Formats: sequence, structure tokens, C-alpha cells
Amino acid sequence: MEWIKGFLKGFATTLKVLFRKPVTEQYPEYKRPLPARSRAVIILTRDPDGEERCVACYLCSAVCPVSCISMQSAEREDGRRYPRWFRINFARCIYCGLCEEACPTLAIQLTPHFETSQRDVLKLVYEKEDLLVNHGGKNKEYNFYRYAGVTMVGDKGTHINEEEPVDLKSNLP
Amino acid sequence: MEPWITATLLLIIKLLAVLIVLLTLAAYLVWVERKLLARIQARFGPNRTWRFGLLQPLADVIKLMTKEDTVPEGADKRIFLLAPGMVGAAALLIFAIIPFGPVPMVITDLNVGVLFFLAFSSLGVYGVALGGWASNSKYSLLGGVRAAAQMISYEVSLGLSLVPVVMLAGSFSLVDIVNAQNRLPFILMQPVSFILFFVSAAAEIKRIPFDLPEAENELVAGYHTEYSGMRFGLFFLGEYITMIVLGGLVAIFFLGGWRGPLLPPILWFLLKVFLTVFILIWFRGTLPRLRYDRLMSIGWKVLIPVSLLNIMATGAVILIMKS
Repeated sequence: MEWIKGFLKGFATTLKVLFRKPVTEQYPEYKRPLPARSRAVIILTRDPDGEERCVACYLCSAVCPVSCISMQSAEREDGRRYPRWFRINFARCIYCGLCEEACPTLAIQLTPHFETSQRDVLKLVYEKEDLLVNHGGKNKEYNFYRYAGVTMVGDKGTHINEEEPVDLKSNLP
Repeated sequence: MEPWITATLLLIIKLLAVLIVLLTLAAYLVWVERKLLARIQARFGPNRTWRFGLLQPLADVIKLMTKEDTVPEGADKRIFLLAPGMVGAAALLIFAIIPFGPVPMVITDLNVGVLFFLAFSSLGVYGVALGGWASNSKYSLLGGVRAAAQMISYEVSLGLSLVPVVMLAGSFSLVDIVNAQNRLPFILMQPVSFILFFVSAAAEIKRIPFDLPEAENELVAGYHTEYSGMRFGLFFLGEYITMIVLGGLVAIFFLGGWRGPLLPPILWFLLKVFLTVFILIWFRGTLPRLRYDRLMSIGWKVLIPVSLLNIMATGAVILIMKS
């Protein structure tokens, strides 16, 4: 009789679920809010002063496993580097996020926006004007040139976020 | 007008009405099954084509019609092209003897109705087995061989489970069988026979606990692997028509056919058909597929002996009642 009980239990379970509300999220009508760090379309961000962050160091292009990032570096009159053109082929991009990890200036960032499908594959090649946005992305405050490449004015420990040098003599017992 | 002309006209009208209603019902049965299965799995099921996905059958038909009709290389072309038709035709022909209401509401009241049904459900095996054989593909062949073995085995218990019903009703005619249930439906007098018939019929139409001929996990799609377009559609439609036919037969043999209080007879009949169909879908949502040796041992070692014992017991009871 044990097996009949087990047999009927299965039927009871399916009948119970039959009257339950489906758990499906119906995609085009309801879009689940994605986590801020989920990885989809890539953007180029600006620093708090409104300058583009990218310094055309080619690190993202070098680390990209599918080689979908290409650019041409150039230099402004004040010596600051920038990409003359910047191109990402999203038909190739695998959204691995390695470019974001490699970027020293937080310029290149991945966003949760993923609805980019196209019938024409060439429309997936994004140029610099498609990539560049007018905000700082995930970290609005960061400005690379305040931290690096600036001549130190004061004494040791006066630079931004730098700690006071340890007084070795105070460590003596 | 001469009487034979009226009779022929009436027959043609009945045939057309039944054909149209049956095909529509079969198409919507696919929708009902997909919806119910989805709800059993806490999903929505088809809901993109109009409200509740009600136009899904239409969309499916358009898709199947516009697909290419391919014949694989090395296939036995004539048999390959004929096989799906045999499945569909055998299923449709069984419906000719099913009474869906009191006497004028049946296409033909054959006096050997039960035998006719058994004969045509056996003919359906040919479509499946030949379709699998003619495809020139391993999966199809395996599916076809499995289908032949399974359907032949379960036909025995299908036939034997109906013997007590025929003994009680004293007739092979389906109308007489329904009339014999005017006091008590046979499900109460013959519960064992009902279970036997239901299980062997589910195996006969290859529904889920017994769907080894098309076992997706191992045989791709079994006997209809190589079929495309509307020919696949015919296999599919045949399966669902047989489901409705089976529902009708369960209603007639065990649930008292069109009999019931208050509602008109045809509604009672449809209600009983859909109850059976719902139980079949419920089975599909609940049970996993059997292993092939277990399927065979259930057929030969359980169903057939039990049905033989059931016949003996029924015969003994009838003898005692008479004397």
C-alpha cells in the first residue's frame, strides 16, 4: 500500500500546483531590474569635470579576448591623451568585463542595458560618439589626473588619500 | 424525396459536422494540453497569440503548412508519404461508430462496434511502424519497432478489458452498451476493467508514462524524427484525435455515455470526454516515462492476467445471478 500512497501523492502535488500563480516573469511587459554591476553594453564615461576619462592607453584593447576594441590615440595641446576614434564591435564582444578591470582611469564600463539586437550586423559596430556618455558611470567622483601624473607640491603624506609617513621611532618598544 | 437520398444526405451532413468539430477540437486540445501542462509546472503556456494564446492552434497550422515537406535520402518514398495519413485516417474512422447522443446522433451504429474499434486501433500501428521503417533512420526505426511491440502487447489487454463490458451489456454495439448503463454506469460495476482499459488505452495512444516510441531523450522524436511540415502535423493531429476518441470510448464504455441529469446529452458526452482527456494530461504532468522492460512486464505480467481473472469473475457473477 506504500507505493499507492506515493503514487497518489505525486498527483496531489501536480493538482495543487495547477491552481498556483505561475512564477514566470513576462519579459517585454515586465523587465526585471538588473544589478548595477551586471555586464552588458559598454560605455565610455567622463570625469567629474566633464572631460573624457579615456587616456587611450590600449590596455582594454590588449586584454580583450576577442579583440573587439580598437582605437587611435592622440594628444591634446596640454599633453593629455585621448582616443581620436574608439570603436567596439558588439557583434564580437562577449561581455566578459576584462576591459573594465584593466582600465586605469575607470573610463570604460559595462552597463546593465542589454537590449541591442539588430538585423544588420554592421549596426552593432559602435563608434566613439555612440559609446561616450555624459556621466561618471559607477564611480562619479573619481578623477584619474588628481591621483596620478601630477607633480607633488607638499611634503610626504600630503597627496590626496595618501597616509602620513610612519614615524619609525614610535614603533620602538 | 426517396428515403435513401435523405439518408445519404443526412449521413454526409453528419460526417461533415463531425469532421469539422473533431478537427477543431483536436487542434484546441493541443492548446488545452499546453496550457494545463504549463500551469502544472507553474508557467503560463502559450499566451502571445491573442488573448490567452487562443489563436495558437491557427498559428501552428500556418507554420506547419508553410514548412518544407522533406523526404530523407534513401527513404522508401511511397510508404514514407503514406504513413502519416494512415495514422490520421485510422483515428478518424474510429469516430464513425461513437454515439455522442441518443440514436440519430451517431454516424453508424455498427452491431460489431467494439470489434471495429479494436481493428482500427490496430491499423494505427501500421502507420507508426511503417513510418518509422520507411524513414531510413536509426531513431525512426527504433521508435517504430518499439511502437509496434508496445501497441501489439497492450492491444491484448485493451481487448480483454472490454470483454466484461460486452458480457454485461450483451452486445457489441456501442449504442446498446450505453443503453445498458441506464441504471448504473459500468465504472461502478467494473472498476478493475475501467483501470485496465484506461491504462492500456494510454499505452495504445503512446501517452506519457508509455511514450517510449517517441522518447525524446533517447530517440530524438522516435518514429516521426524525419517528418517535417504537415506530415509531422498529421502524426501529431492523429495522436490528439485518438485522445478525443479514447475519451469518447471511456465515456461510452464506463461513464454512461451521453446519459446524465439536467444538461442535454451532447454536453454530458463532451463533459465526460474532457474529464478523461484532463486525466490523461494530468498523468503526463505527473508521471515519468517507464523503462522499456518494465513497460513490457506490466503489459504481459500484470494487465493481461488481471484482465483474464476479471473476465472469469464477471462470468461467475453473471452465472450466479441468472441461476
